[in-house]
Amino acid sequence: MDGMHDLGGKQGFGPVRYTTNAPIFHAPWEQRVNAMYSLAVKHGIFNMDEYRHAIERMEPRHYLSASYYERTLTSLATLCVEKNLLPVAELERHAGGRFPLALPSAPGRGNSINRVAFAVGDSVRVSASLVAGHVRMPAYVRGKTGLIVGQSPAYPYPDAHGHGVAADKEVTYDVRFNAMDLWPDAADPAFVHVGLFHSYLEPA
Amino acid sequence: MAEHGPIPATVASIERRVSAIEASLDARGLHPAEFIANQRELIQDHWDPSNGARVVARAWADPAFRQRLLSDGRAAVMELGIPMPAHHQHLVALENTAQVHNVICCTLCSCTAFTVIGLPPDWYKDLEYRARIVRQSRSVLKDMGLDLPASTEIRVWDTTTDTRYIVVPLRPPETEGWTQERLASIVTRDAMIGVSGL
Repeated sequence: MDGMHDLGGKQGFGPVRYTTNAPIFHAPWEQRVNAMYSLAVKHGIFNMDEYRHAIERMEPRHYLSASYYERTLTSLATLCVEKNLLPVAELERHAGGRFPLALPSAPGRGNSINRVAFAVGDSVRVSASLVAGHVRMPAYVRGKTGLIVGQSPAYPYPDAHGHGVAADKEVTYDVRFNAMDLWPDAADPAFVHVGLFHSYLEPA
Repeated sequence: MAEHGPIPATVASIERRVSAIEASLDARGLHPAEFIANQRELIQDHWDPSNGARVVARAWADPAFRQRLLSDGRAAVMELGIPMPAHHQHLVALENTAQVHNVICCTLCSCTAFTVIGLPPDWYKDLEYRARIVRQSRSVLKDMGLDLPASTEIRVWDTTTDTRYIVVPLRPPETEGWTQERLASIVTRDAMIGVSGL
């Protein structure tokens, strides 16, 4: 989905709030919630693609105003409610107030049926399709052409795996793009590499 | 806290919401407190950037290991006893040279090779880094204190799949003859992400 999470290349942001030896957590509750989402994954309550997608489904005002670990918490709670493990009324009663959740999901999708095997050195074009559900193709490469520089083993296909849709696992390709092709005359010169699932790619 | 009656219309504090879900998971027999304590220990004692530092030091000192790391990163780090999660099936080592500088990000969320370089720091997960590093790499690195020569080619790697990356920083010339232990002591997490030199 073209959600608020898809930040690569968005303009208007200020300086990175960088400090050396920056902390991972700022408060004990952050580590607690980080562990609890891992616990839920370990118990098979949801998978990592469902987890990421429930963050993406947060209403944009909530997404932008929430800290990183509030997004983790919101995804964890949303999925526990959606999967009928925990009723939202119970969570709100324990919390003593409202417990905002992510918005409902659109349907997922299966693998592309026209997958052609690629090799390192091939030119590929990223699919221009618009996807309503979970997808791991950043919008900044949509429809762009790049060069394959690496290949992975087969991973669960996120567009299906994030929605409980049965699908084949797919290899992913590390694709090299020229920043000047991604944002003509409006980027620092660089090569930008994106890991892309087989279904996202067409021969160029 | 009332067990019955209307729930207040205001959003509960983050701490109350976290405690609420912990209580509910505990009531379902999932034992969150134990898991939280166990994960805290893993983060503090095991998923530490010193793991990646050992990998880098070994690659600097041992050309055969360097070759194994570049061809199969996952096997090479596991050879040093460093754990890799089952779903991180592929680890790519990105070697910096005098001409090429690599930097890692995750524009969609926060993915990292956390067992090797540690869980990501706050700024890596912030909106600013995620939005800007792919498009304004040179400027962002300069703002973060890494002013690369104009002739250096920058390669940004966006972590969008279960493949993970580690940057092998340039070895400082003054470290000639150092032991691997001493070499590892100068390798930082931020250099293995690629936002800092050594």
